[in-house]
Amino acid sequence: MKPFEMDFSPILISLKTASAAIVATFFLGVFAARRVAALKSRQAKMVLDGILTLPLVLPPTVAGFFLLAVFGVKGPVGKFLVDFFSVKIAFSWEATVLAAAAISFPLMYRSARGALEQVDPNLVYAAKTLGMPEWKIFWKVSLPSALPGVAAGGVLAFARGLGEFGATSMIAGNIAGKTRTLPLAIYSEVAAGNMEAAYDYVIVIVLFSFIVVAAMNYFTVLEKRK
Amino acid sequence: MSLRVRIKKRLSKSFLLESEFETSSCCLGILGASGCGKSMTLKCIAGIETPDEGLIALNGRTLFDSRKKINLKPQQRRAGYLFQNYALFPRMTVLENISAALGGPRKQRREAACAWIERLGLGGLGAQYPHRLSGGQQQRAALARMLIREPELILLDEPFSALDACLREQMQILLQDILETHGDVVLVTHNRDEAYRLCSEMLVMESGKALKKGPVREMFRRPGSVGVARLTGCKNICAVQRSGEREVYASSWGLSLRTAEKVGGEITHIGIRAHDFEPAARQSHNVLPLKVRRKSEDPFEHIVLFTNAAAQAPEEQGELWWKYSKYSGWQVPQKLYIAPENILLLVP
Repeated sequence: MKPFEMDFSPILISLKTASAAIVATFFLGVFAARRVAALKSRQAKMVLDGILTLPLVLPPTVAGFFLLAVFGVKGPVGKFLVDFFSVKIAFSWEATVLAAAAISFPLMYRSARGALEQVDPNLVYAAKTLGMPEWKIFWKVSLPSALPGVAAGGVLAFARGLGEFGATSMIAGNIAGKTRTLPLAIYSEVAAGNMEAAYDYVIVIVLFSFIVVAAMNYFTVLEKRK
Repeated sequence: MSLRVRIKKRLSKSFLLESEFETSSCCLGILGASGCGKSMTLKCIAGIETPDEGLIALNGRTLFDSRKKINLKPQQRRAGYLFQNYALFPRMTVLENISAALGGPRKQRREAACAWIERLGLGGLGAQYPHRLSGGQQQRAALARMLIREPELILLDEPFSALDACLREQMQILLQDILETHGDVVLVTHNRDEAYRLCSEMLVMESGKALKKGPVREMFRRPGSVGVARLTGCKNICAVQRSGEREVYASSWGLSLRTAEKVGGEITHIGIRAHDFEPAARQSHNVLPLKVRRKSEDPFEHIVLFTNAAAQAPEEQGELWWKYSKYSGWQVPQKLYIAPENILLLVP
Protein backbone atom coordinates (compact mmCIF):
# COMPACT_ATOMS: atom_id res chain seq x y z
CA MET A 1 0.00 0.00 0.00
CA LYS A 2 1.29 3.37 -0.94
CA PRO A 3 1.81 5.97 1.77
CA PHE A 4 -0.95 8.53 2.36
CA GLU A 5 -0.28 11.52 0.19
CA MET A 6 -3.14 13.74 -0.71
CA ASP A 7 -3.11 17.07 -2.47
CA PHE A 8 -5.20 19.36 -0.26
CA SER A 9 -5.26 22.25 -2.71
CA PRO A 10 -8.55 21.23 -4.44
CA ILE A 11 -10.28 21.18 -1.03
CA LEU A 12 -9.01 24.64 -0.15
CA ILE A 13 -9.80 26.03 -3.59
CA SER A 14 -13.30 24.59 -3.46
CA LEU A 15 -14.01 26.01 0.01
CA LYS A 16 -12.64 29.41 -0.97
CA THR A 17 -14.61 29.41 -4.20
CA ALA A 18 -17.88 28.30 -2.63
CA SER A 19 -17.52 30.82 0.19
CA ALA A 20 -16.79 33.74 -2.12
CA ALA A 21 -19.56 32.67 -4.48
CA ILE A 22 -22.20 32.40 -1.74
CA VAL A 23 -21.53 35.95 -0.56
CA ALA A 24 -22.12 37.29 -4.06
CA THR A 25 -25.02 34.96 -4.70
CA PHE A 26 -26.72 35.78 -1.43
CA PHE A 27 -26.87 39.52 -1.99
CA LEU A 28 -27.58 39.33 -5.71
CA GLY A 29 -30.21 36.65 -5.19
CA VAL A 30 -32.00 38.51 -2.40
CA PHE A 31 -31.81 41.74 -4.36
CA ALA A 32 -33.22 40.11 -7.50
CA ALA A 33 -35.90 38.32 -5.47
CA ARG A 34 -37.00 41.58 -3.91
CA ARG A 35 -37.16 43.33 -7.26
CA VAL A 36 -39.08 40.56 -9.00
CA ALA A 37 -41.45 40.03 -6.06
CA ALA A 38 -42.30 43.74 -6.15
CA LEU A 39 -43.07 43.76 -9.89
CA LYS A 40 -46.69 44.53 -10.67
CA SER A 41 -46.92 43.30 -14.25
CA ARG A 42 -47.38 39.55 -14.46
CA GLN A 43 -45.80 39.25 -17.89
CA ALA A 44 -42.67 41.12 -16.83
CA LYS A 45 -42.49 38.89 -13.78
CA MET A 46 -42.70 35.73 -15.87
CA VAL A 47 -40.09 36.81 -18.41
CA LEU A 48 -37.65 38.10 -15.82
CA ASP A 49 -38.13 35.05 -13.65
CA GLY A 50 -37.46 32.85 -16.67
CA ILE A 51 -34.22 34.61 -17.49
CA LEU A 52 -33.00 34.53 -13.89
CA THR A 53 -33.81 30.83 -13.56
CA LEU A 54 -32.16 29.86 -16.82
CA PRO A 55 -28.73 28.96 -15.39
CA LEU A 56 -30.46 26.31 -13.28
CA VAL A 57 -32.12 24.52 -16.18
CA LEU A 58 -29.46 25.00 -18.85
CA PRO A 59 -26.69 22.41 -19.07
CA PRO A 60 -23.81 23.88 -17.04
CA THR A 61 -21.59 23.72 -20.12
CA VAL A 62 -23.99 26.02 -21.94
CA ALA A 63 -23.95 28.43 -19.00
CA GLY A 64 -20.17 28.19 -19.06
CA PHE A 65 -20.20 28.87 -22.78
CA PHE A 66 -22.12 32.09 -22.23
CA LEU A 67 -19.81 33.10 -19.40
CA LEU A 68 -16.84 32.52 -21.70
CA ALA A 69 -18.51 34.54 -24.43
CA VAL A 70 -18.99 37.47 -22.07
CA PHE A 71 -15.99 37.26 -19.75
CA GLY A 72 -13.48 35.59 -22.07
CA VAL A 73 -10.57 37.62 -23.38
CA LYS A 74 -12.53 38.34 -26.55
CA GLY A 75 -15.86 38.82 -24.80
CA PRO A 76 -17.12 42.37 -24.19
CA VAL A 77 -16.63 42.42 -20.42
CA GLY A 78 -13.47 40.32 -20.50
CA LYS A 79 -11.91 42.57 -23.14
CA PHE A 80 -12.85 45.68 -21.19
CA LEU A 81 -11.24 44.32 -18.01
CA VAL A 82 -8.06 43.34 -19.83
CA ASP A 83 -7.80 46.67 -21.69
CA PHE A 84 -8.45 48.95 -18.75
CA PHE A 85 -7.41 47.03 -15.65
CA SER A 86 -5.12 44.38 -17.13
CA VAL A 87 -7.23 41.81 -15.32
CA LYS A 88 -7.81 38.52 -17.02
CA ILE A 89 -10.83 36.70 -15.67
CA ALA A 90 -10.90 33.58 -17.80
CA PHE A 91 -8.85 30.67 -16.45
CA SER A 92 -8.11 32.42 -13.16
CA TRP A 93 -9.33 31.58 -9.67
CA GLU A 94 -11.87 34.40 -9.97
CA ALA A 95 -13.44 32.51 -12.86
CA THR A 96 -14.27 29.57 -10.56
CA VAL A 97 -16.12 32.02 -8.31
CA LEU A 98 -17.90 33.50 -11.31
CA ALA A 99 -19.00 30.07 -12.52
CA ALA A 100 -20.13 28.88 -9.07
CA ALA A 101 -22.01 32.13 -8.44
CA ALA A 102 -23.74 32.07 -11.82
CA ILE A 103 -24.86 28.47 -11.46
CA SER A 104 -25.99 28.71 -7.83
CA PHE A 105 -27.70 32.08 -8.26
CA PRO A 106 -31.11 30.70 -9.35
CA LEU A 107 -31.37 28.50 -6.25
CA MET A 108 -30.80 31.48 -4.00
CA TYR A 109 -33.05 33.75 -6.01
CA ARG A 110 -35.95 31.31 -6.21
CA SER A 111 -35.87 30.37 -2.52
CA ALA A 112 -35.60 33.98 -1.46
CA ARG A 113 -38.40 35.06 -3.76
CA GLY A 114 -40.69 32.29 -2.52
CA ALA A 115 -39.94 33.17 1.08
CA LEU A 116 -40.41 36.90 0.52
CA GLU A 117 -43.71 36.38 -1.23
CA GLN A 118 -44.91 34.33 1.74
CA VAL A 119 -44.37 37.19 4.16
CA ASP A 120 -47.69 38.53 5.45
CA PRO A 121 -48.21 41.72 3.41
CA ASN A 122 -49.86 43.29 6.44
CA LEU A 123 -46.45 43.32 8.17
CA VAL A 124 -45.09 45.51 5.40
CA TYR A 125 -48.19 47.69 5.36
CA ALA A 126 -48.03 48.09 9.11
CA ALA A 127 -44.40 49.14 8.89
CA LYS A 128 -45.29 51.64 6.18
CA THR A 129 -48.11 53.24 8.15
CA LEU A 130 -45.73 53.48 11.10
CA GLY A 131 -43.49 55.58 8.89
CA MET A 132 -40.56 53.19 8.54
CA PRO A 133 -38.40 53.86 5.46
CA GLU A 134 -38.45 51.21 2.72
CA TRP A 135 -34.89 49.94 3.25
CA LYS A 136 -35.52 49.54 6.95
CA ILE A 137 -38.76 47.67 6.28
CA PHE A 138 -36.87 45.27 4.03
CA TRP A 139 -33.94 44.57 6.34
CA LYS A 140 -35.81 44.67 9.65
CA VAL A 141 -39.23 43.26 8.76
CA SER A 142 -39.44 41.42 5.43
CA LEU A 143 -36.08 39.66 5.40
CA PRO A 144 -36.18 38.46 9.02
CA SER A 145 -39.71 37.14 8.48
CA ALA A 146 -38.54 35.29 5.37
CA LEU A 147 -35.37 34.07 7.05
CA PRO A 148 -35.99 30.31 7.14
CA GLY A 149 -36.61 30.20 3.40
CA VAL A 150 -33.78 32.57 2.60
CA ALA A 151 -31.34 30.60 4.78
CA ALA A 152 -32.39 27.32 3.21
CA GLY A 153 -31.82 28.84 -0.22
CA GLY A 154 -28.39 30.04 0.89
CA VAL A 155 -27.39 26.58 2.08
CA LEU A 156 -28.57 24.97 -1.15
CA ALA A 157 -26.76 27.57 -3.21
CA PHE A 158 -23.58 27.00 -1.20
CA ALA A 159 -23.79 23.25 -1.77
CA ARG A 160 -24.41 23.76 -5.47
CA GLY A 161 -21.43 26.12 -5.71
CA LEU A 162 -19.25 23.54 -3.99
CA GLY A 163 -20.22 20.92 -6.55
CA GLU A 164 -19.96 23.10 -9.63
CA PHE A 165 -18.18 21.34 -12.50
CA GLY A 166 -19.44 22.08 -15.99
CA ALA A 167 -19.33 25.85 -16.17
CA THR A 168 -16.12 25.92 -14.14
CA SER A 169 -14.31 23.68 -16.57
CA MET A 170 -15.48 25.88 -19.44
CA ILE A 171 -14.36 29.26 -18.13
CA ALA A 172 -11.82 28.43 -15.43
CA GLY A 173 -10.29 25.32 -16.88
CA ASN A 174 -8.59 22.70 -14.79
CA ILE A 175 -5.33 24.21 -13.63
CA ALA A 176 -3.89 22.29 -10.69
CA GLY A 177 -3.42 24.46 -7.60
CA LYS A 178 -5.26 27.34 -9.22
CA THR A 179 -8.65 26.46 -10.63
CA ARG A 180 -8.84 22.75 -9.90
CA THR A 181 -11.77 22.44 -7.49
CA LEU A 182 -12.87 19.19 -5.87
CA PRO A 183 -15.18 18.02 -8.66
CA LEU A 184 -12.52 18.77 -11.24
CA ALA A 185 -9.90 17.01 -9.15
CA ILE A 186 -12.09 13.92 -8.97
CA TYR A 187 -12.57 14.00 -12.71
CA SER A 188 -8.83 14.41 -13.33
CA GLU A 189 -7.85 11.60 -10.95
CA VAL A 190 -10.33 9.21 -12.52
CA ALA A 191 -9.18 10.23 -16.00
CA ALA A 192 -5.59 9.51 -14.95
CA GLY A 193 -6.63 6.15 -13.49
CA ASN A 194 -5.94 7.10 -9.84
CA MET A 195 -9.11 5.69 -8.38
CA GLU A 196 -7.68 5.74 -4.83
CA ALA A 197 -7.06 9.48 -4.90
CA ALA A 198 -10.47 10.02 -6.43
CA TYR A 199 -12.00 8.06 -3.53
CA ASP A 200 -10.44 10.42 -1.01
CA TYR A 201 -11.87 13.47 -2.73
CA VAL A 202 -15.24 11.78 -3.11
CA ILE A 203 -15.34 11.06 0.62
CA VAL A 204 -14.49 14.67 1.39
CA ILE A 205 -17.20 16.05 -0.86
CA VAL A 206 -19.81 13.57 0.39
CA LEU A 207 -18.96 14.61 3.95
CA PHE A 208 -19.22 18.29 3.12
CA SER A 209 -22.52 17.84 1.36
CA PHE A 210 -23.92 15.81 4.22
CA ILE A 211 -22.87 18.40 6.78
CA VAL A 212 -24.50 21.13 4.73
CA VAL A 213 -27.83 19.29 4.43
CA ALA A 214 -27.75 18.31 8.11
CA ALA A 215 -27.11 21.93 9.04
CA MET A 216 -30.04 23.01 6.94
CA ASN A 217 -32.34 20.51 8.61
CA TYR A 218 -31.09 21.56 12.01
CA PHE A 219 -31.94 25.19 11.29
CA THR A 220 -35.39 24.22 10.07
CA VAL A 221 -36.11 22.25 13.23
CA LEU A 222 -34.75 25.04 15.39
CA GLU A 223 -36.96 27.45 13.51
CA LYS A 224 -40.08 25.38 14.05
CA ARG A 225 -39.43 25.01 17.75
CA LYS A 226 -39.12 28.76 18.22
CA MET B 1 -60.36 66.43 12.82
CA SER B 2 -61.67 66.73 9.38
CA LEU B 3 -61.44 63.92 6.93
CA ARG B 4 -62.71 64.21 3.39
CA VAL B 5 -62.91 61.13 1.26
CA ARG B 6 -64.27 60.92 -2.25
CA ILE B 7 -62.81 57.95 -4.05
CA LYS B 8 -63.57 55.46 -6.77
CA LYS B 9 -61.82 52.17 -7.23
CA ARG B 10 -62.75 49.35 -9.53
CA LEU B 11 -62.07 46.09 -7.70
CA SER B 12 -63.47 43.72 -10.26
CA LYS B 13 -65.59 43.91 -13.39
CA SER B 14 -68.76 43.97 -11.36
CA PHE B 15 -67.57 45.71 -8.22
CA LEU B 16 -66.98 49.43 -8.15
CA LEU B 17 -66.11 50.99 -4.82
CA GLU B 18 -67.50 54.50 -4.55
CA SER B 19 -66.84 55.91 -1.15
CA GLU B 20 -67.74 59.47 -0.38
CA PHE B 21 -67.97 61.07 3.01
CA GLU B 22 -66.79 63.92 5.09
CA THR B 23 -66.48 63.82 8.82
CA SER B 24 -65.43 66.05 11.63
CA SER B 25 -66.53 63.84 14.46
CA CYS B 26 -64.03 62.20 16.75
CA CYS B 27 -64.99 58.64 15.94
CA LEU B 28 -66.56 57.55 12.70
CA GLY B 29 -67.76 53.98 12.35
CA ILE B 30 -68.04 52.37 8.94
CA LEU B 31 -70.58 49.58 9.18
CA GLY B 32 -71.13 47.05 6.45
CA ALA B 33 -71.23 43.37 5.62
CA SER B 34 -68.04 41.52 4.70
CA GLY B 35 -66.83 42.43 1.24
CA CYS B 36 -68.74 45.71 1.00
CA GLY B 37 -65.56 47.71 0.50
CA LYS B 38 -65.20 49.17 3.96
CA SER B 39 -61.72 47.77 4.58
CA MET B 40 -60.64 48.86 1.11
CA THR B 41 -61.79 52.38 1.92
CA LEU B 42 -59.66 52.29 5.05
CA LYS B 43 -56.65 51.01 3.11
CA CYS B 44 -57.05 53.81 0.59
CA ILE B 45 -57.04 56.37 3.39
CA ALA B 46 -53.89 54.82 4.84
CA GLY B 47 -52.23 54.78 1.43
CA ILE B 48 -51.81 51.02 1.28
CA GLU B 49 -54.11 50.87 -1.72
CA THR B 50 -54.44 53.51 -4.40
CA PRO B 51 -57.88 54.58 -5.60
CA ASP B 52 -58.46 54.94 -9.34
CA GLU B 53 -59.61 58.49 -8.89
CA GLY B 54 -60.78 60.92 -6.28
CA LEU B 55 -59.58 62.90 -3.33
CA ILE B 56 -58.56 62.23 0.26
CA ALA B 57 -57.77 65.08 2.60
CA LEU B 58 -56.97 65.03 6.29
CA ASN B 59 -57.10 68.23 8.36
CA GLY B 60 -56.68 70.28 5.20
CA ARG B 61 -53.71 68.23 4.05
CA THR B 62 -54.20 66.50 0.70
CA LEU B 63 -53.21 62.87 0.99
CA PHE B 64 -54.44 61.85 -2.42
CA ASP B 65 -55.72 63.78 -5.40
CA SER B 66 -55.93 62.02 -8.73
CA ARG B 67 -56.36 65.28 -10.63
CA LYS B 68 -53.35 67.01 -9.13
CA LYS B 69 -51.42 63.74 -9.18
CA ILE B 70 -50.82 63.83 -5.47
CA ASN B 71 -50.39 60.48 -3.77
CA LEU B 72 -48.55 60.63 -0.46
CA LYS B 73 -46.77 57.49 0.67
CA PRO B 74 -48.26 55.74 3.70
CA GLN B 75 -45.15 56.88 5.58
CA GLN B 76 -46.05 60.52 5.02
CA ARG B 77 -49.74 60.29 5.84
CA ARG B 78 -49.48 60.07 9.62
CA ALA B 79 -52.38 57.66 9.78
CA GLY B 80 -52.03 54.79 12.23
CA TYR B 81 -53.58 51.50 11.14
CA LEU B 82 -54.54 48.69 13.47
CA PHE B 83 -54.72 45.45 11.52
CA GLN B 84 -57.21 42.70 12.12
CA ASN B 85 -54.40 40.23 12.82
CA TYR B 86 -52.37 43.00 14.56
CA ALA B 87 -49.39 42.45 12.19
CA LEU B 88 -46.81 42.52 14.97
CA PHE B 89 -43.32 41.90 13.63
CA PRO B 90 -42.74 38.26 14.56
CA ARG B 91 -38.97 38.48 14.98
CA MET B 92 -38.97 41.45 17.27
CA THR B 93 -39.80 41.50 20.95
CA VAL B 94 -42.73 43.55 22.15
CA LEU B 95 -40.34 46.33 23.10
CA GLU B 96 -38.62 46.23 19.71
CA ASN B 97 -41.97 46.21 17.95
CA ILE B 98 -43.13 49.29 19.77
CA SER B 99 -39.89 51.19 19.26
CA ALA B 100 -39.28 49.90 15.71
CA ALA B 101 -40.43 53.01 13.91
CA LEU B 102 -38.98 55.55 16.31
CA GLY B 103 -35.96 57.66 15.54
CA GLY B 104 -33.47 59.14 17.93
CA PRO B 105 -31.01 57.66 20.40
CA ARG B 106 -31.52 54.08 21.54
CA LYS B 107 -32.01 54.91 25.18
CA GLN B 108 -34.68 57.48 24.46
CA ARG B 109 -36.58 55.09 22.16
CA ARG B 110 -36.45 52.43 24.83
CA GLU B 111 -37.81 54.73 27.48
CA ALA B 112 -40.67 55.89 25.29
CA ALA B 113 -41.58 52.30 24.44
CA CYS B 114 -41.41 51.25 28.09
CA ALA B 115 -43.77 54.05 29.05
CA TRP B 116 -46.31 52.76 26.55
CA ILE B 117 -45.84 49.19 27.70
CA GLU B 118 -46.75 50.25 31.22
CA ARG B 119 -49.61 52.39 30.04
CA LEU B 120 -51.31 49.55 28.20
CA GLY B 121 -50.77 47.04 30.97
CA LEU B 122 -48.09 45.03 29.23
CA GLY B 123 -45.65 45.35 32.11
CA GLY B 124 -43.12 42.52 32.16
CA LEU B 125 -43.84 41.44 28.61
CA GLY B 126 -41.41 43.78 26.87
CA ALA B 127 -38.87 41.05 26.20
CA GLN B 128 -41.40 38.51 24.92
CA TYR B 129 -41.97 37.65 21.28
CA PRO B 130 -45.48 38.32 19.95
CA HIS B 131 -46.47 34.67 19.49
CA ARG B 132 -46.10 34.17 23.24
CA LEU B 133 -48.77 36.77 23.91
CA SER B 134 -52.51 36.29 24.15
CA GLY B 135 -54.78 37.89 21.59
CA GLY B 136 -55.64 40.79 23.86
CA GLN B 137 -51.99 41.41 24.72
CA GLN B 138 -51.04 41.33 21.05
CA GLN B 139 -53.68 43.88 20.30
CA ARG B 140 -52.49 46.14 23.07
CA ALA B 141 -48.92 45.83 21.79
CA ALA B 142 -50.10 46.76 18.29
CA LEU B 143 -52.01 49.70 19.75
CA ALA B 144 -48.95 50.89 21.62
CA ARG B 145 -46.84 50.58 18.49
CA MET B 146 -49.35 52.70 16.62
CA LEU B 147 -50.03 55.32 19.30
CA ILE B 148 -46.38 55.95 20.08
CA ARG B 149 -46.11 57.52 16.60
CA GLU B 150 -48.83 60.02 17.55
CA PRO B 151 -50.86 59.58 14.38
CA GLU B 152 -53.21 62.32 13.25
CA LEU B 153 -55.80 59.73 12.41
CA ILE B 154 -56.35 56.25 13.79
CA LEU B 155 -57.73 53.59 11.48
CA LEU B 156 -59.14 50.45 13.08
CA ASP B 157 -59.91 47.48 10.85
CA GLU B 158 -62.32 45.09 12.59
CA PRO B 159 -60.27 45.44 15.75
CA PHE B 160 -62.24 43.01 17.89
CA SER B 161 -63.11 40.25 15.47
CA ALA B 162 -60.26 37.97 16.54
CA LEU B 163 -60.94 38.24 20.28
CA ASP B 164 -63.19 36.05 22.37
CA ALA B 165 -66.33 37.56 23.84
CA CYS B 166 -64.87 38.29 27.27
CA LEU B 167 -61.69 39.92 26.01
CA ARG B 168 -63.61 41.81 23.38
CA GLU B 169 -65.61 43.73 25.95
CA GLN B 170 -62.51 44.50 28.00
CA MET B 171 -60.70 45.78 24.94
CA GLN B 172 -63.67 47.87 23.90
CA ILE B 173 -63.64 49.61 27.26
CA LEU B 174 -59.88 50.12 27.07
CA LEU B 175 -60.12 51.41 23.53
CA GLN B 176 -62.90 53.79 24.50
CA ASP B 177 -60.58 55.40 27.04
CA ILE B 178 -57.72 55.65 24.58
CA LEU B 179 -59.89 57.00 21.80
CA GLU B 180 -61.23 59.71 24.03
CA THR B 181 -57.73 61.02 24.65
CA HIS B 182 -56.37 60.47 21.16
CA GLY B 183 -59.30 61.75 19.13
CA ASP B 184 -59.73 61.09 15.52
CA VAL B 185 -60.68 57.58 14.62
CA VAL B 186 -62.23 55.66 11.77
CA LEU B 187 -63.45 52.24 12.85
CA VAL B 188 -64.46 49.61 10.32
CA THR B 189 -66.75 46.89 11.58
CA HIS B 190 -69.54 44.54 10.63
CA ASN B 191 -70.73 44.49 14.21
CA ARG B 192 -73.45 47.02 14.99
CA ASP B 193 -72.90 46.74 18.75
CA GLU B 194 -69.29 47.82 18.33
CA ALA B 195 -70.28 50.75 16.15
CA TYR B 196 -72.97 51.78 18.61
CA ARG B 197 -70.68 51.51 21.60
CA LEU B 198 -67.59 53.22 20.24
CA CYS B 199 -68.61 55.66 17.55
CA SER B 200 -70.30 59.00 17.53
CA GLU B 201 -71.00 58.97 13.80
CA MET B 202 -71.69 56.12 11.49
CA LEU B 203 -71.44 55.49 7.78
CA VAL B 204 -73.29 52.50 6.41
CA MET B 205 -71.89 50.82 3.30
CA GLU B 206 -73.37 48.21 1.02
CA SER B 207 -71.75 46.62 -2.04
CA GLY B 208 -69.23 49.38 -2.51
CA LYS B 209 -71.57 52.31 -2.00
CA ALA B 210 -72.00 54.56 0.99
CA LEU B 211 -75.69 54.34 1.88
CA LYS B 212 -76.06 56.84 4.67
CA LYS B 213 -74.12 58.75 7.26
CA GLY B 214 -75.27 60.31 10.48
CA PRO B 215 -75.01 60.33 14.27
CA VAL B 216 -74.97 56.76 15.53
CA ARG B 217 -78.03 56.88 17.74
CA GLU B 218 -80.04 58.62 15.08
CA MET B 219 -79.05 55.98 12.53
CA PHE B 220 -80.36 53.24 14.78
CA ARG B 221 -83.53 55.14 15.64
CA ARG B 222 -84.38 56.13 12.09
CA PRO B 223 -82.46 53.97 9.62
CA GLY B 224 -84.56 55.31 6.74
CA SER B 225 -83.73 52.63 4.18
CA VAL B 226 -83.90 48.87 3.96
CA GLY B 227 -80.13 48.44 3.69
CA VAL B 228 -79.38 50.57 6.73
CA ALA B 229 -82.14 48.93 8.74
CA ARG B 230 -80.81 45.48 7.95
CA LEU B 231 -77.20 46.40 8.78
CA THR B 232 -78.20 48.00 12.05
CA GLY B 233 -79.75 44.69 12.99
CA CYS B 234 -83.42 45.11 12.18
CA LYS B 235 -84.79 41.56 11.98
CA ASN B 236 -88.26 42.18 10.59
CA ILE B 237 -88.42 43.96 7.27
CA CYS B 238 -91.43 43.73 4.98
CA ALA B 239 -92.70 45.32 1.80
CA VAL B 240 -95.81 47.41 2.45
CA GLN B 241 -98.61 49.23 0.66
CA ARG B 242 -99.73 52.56 1.95
CA SER B 243 -103.30 52.24 3.13
CA GLY B 244 -103.83 55.53 4.92
CA GLU B 245 -102.08 58.68 6.03
CA ARG B 246 -100.60 56.83 8.99
CA GLU B 247 -101.35 53.28 8.05
CA VAL B 248 -99.68 50.58 5.99
CA TYR B 249 -100.51 47.05 4.98
CA ALA B 250 -97.71 44.48 5.25
CA SER B 251 -98.75 41.81 2.79
CA SER B 252 -96.35 39.02 3.67
CA TRP B 253 -97.44 39.25 7.30
CA GLY B 254 -101.12 39.83 6.45
CA LEU B 255 -101.09 42.75 8.81
CA SER B 256 -102.37 46.31 8.85
CA LEU B 257 -100.30 48.63 11.04
CA ARG B 258 -100.61 52.18 12.26
CA THR B 259 -97.52 54.34 12.22
CA ALA B 260 -96.63 57.36 14.27
CA GLU B 261 -95.22 59.24 11.30
CA LYS B 262 -96.99 60.14 8.11
CA VAL B 263 -96.38 57.56 5.41
CA GLY B 264 -94.90 59.27 2.38
CA GLY B 265 -95.37 57.99 -1.14
CA GLU B 266 -91.74 56.88 -1.32
CA ILE B 267 -92.11 54.38 1.54
CA THR B 268 -91.95 50.81 0.25
CA HIS B 269 -90.98 48.86 3.35
CA ILE B 270 -91.30 48.90 7.08
CA GLY B 271 -88.98 47.52 9.71
CA ILE B 272 -89.71 46.32 13.22
CA ARG B 273 -86.88 45.58 15.60
CA ALA B 274 -87.16 42.21 17.28
CA HIS B 275 -86.94 43.81 20.73
CA ASP B 276 -89.75 46.28 20.12
CA PHE B 277 -92.64 43.87 20.42
CA GLU B 278 -94.36 43.55 23.77
CA PRO B 279 -97.24 41.43 25.05
CA ALA B 280 -100.50 43.15 24.09
CA ALA B 281 -102.53 44.69 26.90
CA ARG B 282 -105.75 46.39 25.93
CA GLN B 283 -104.57 48.06 22.72
CA SER B 284 -107.03 48.08 19.85
CA HIS B 285 -104.59 48.42 16.97
CA ASN B 286 -101.16 47.10 15.95
CA VAL B 287 -101.95 43.89 17.74
CA LEU B 288 -101.16 40.57 16.22
CA PRO B 289 -102.06 37.11 17.42
CA LEU B 290 -99.06 34.89 17.19
CA LYS B 291 -98.49 31.36 16.13
CA VAL B 292 -95.10 30.24 17.43
CA ARG B 293 -92.98 28.51 14.81
CA ARG B 294 -89.73 28.12 16.63
CA LYS B 295 -88.18 29.10 19.92
CA SER B 296 -84.60 29.39 20.96
CA GLU B 297 -82.70 31.17 23.62
CA ASP B 298 -79.58 33.16 24.33
CA PRO B 299 -78.05 33.34 27.81
CA PHE B 300 -80.18 36.33 28.72
CA GLU B 301 -82.82 36.42 26.02
CA HIS B 302 -85.65 34.40 24.59
CA ILE B 303 -86.00 34.33 20.84
CA VAL B 304 -89.36 33.54 19.31
CA LEU B 305 -90.03 33.07 15.61
CA PHE B 306 -93.69 33.44 14.83
CA THR B 307 -96.24 34.13 12.13
CA ASN B 308 -99.49 36.03 12.21
CA ALA B 309 -102.05 33.54 13.52
CA ALA B 310 -104.89 35.53 11.97
CA ALA B 311 -103.49 35.24 8.47
CA GLN B 312 -104.56 32.21 6.46
CA ALA B 313 -103.14 32.68 2.98
CA PRO B 314 -99.81 30.97 2.29
CA GLU B 315 -98.23 34.23 1.08
CA GLU B 316 -99.02 35.82 4.44
CA GLN B 317 -96.90 33.40 6.44
CA GLY B 318 -93.74 35.55 6.62
CA GLU B 319 -91.90 34.83 9.84
CA LEU B 320 -91.25 37.51 12.43
CA TRP B 321 -88.67 37.66 15.18
CA TRP B 322 -89.35 38.63 18.73
CA LYS B 323 -86.62 38.85 21.32
CA TYR B 324 -87.24 39.57 24.95
CA SER B 325 -85.19 39.63 28.09
CA LYS B 326 -85.38 36.71 30.47
CA TYR B 327 -85.69 39.24 33.27
CA SER B 328 -88.84 40.80 31.85
CA GLY B 329 -90.99 38.16 33.54
CA TRP B 330 -92.98 37.77 30.31
CA GLN B 331 -94.47 34.54 29.02
CA VAL B 332 -95.22 34.02 25.36
CA PRO B 333 -98.63 35.71 25.14
CA GLN B 334 -101.59 35.20 22.82
CA LYS B 335 -101.07 38.54 21.18
CA LEU B 336 -98.19 40.95 20.66
CA TYR B 337 -98.32 44.68 20.37
CA ILE B 338 -96.04 46.97 18.40
CA ALA B 339 -96.14 50.67 19.21
CA PRO B 340 -96.69 52.91 16.16
CA GLU B 341 -93.58 54.94 16.98
CA ASN B 342 -91.49 51.77 16.77
CA ILE B 343 -92.42 51.10 13.17
CA LEU B 344 -89.52 52.16 10.99
CA LEU B 345 -90.57 53.60 7.65
CA LEU B 346 -88.10 52.61 4.97
CA VAL B 347 -87.29 53.45 1.39
CA PRO B 348 -85.64 50.76 -0.76
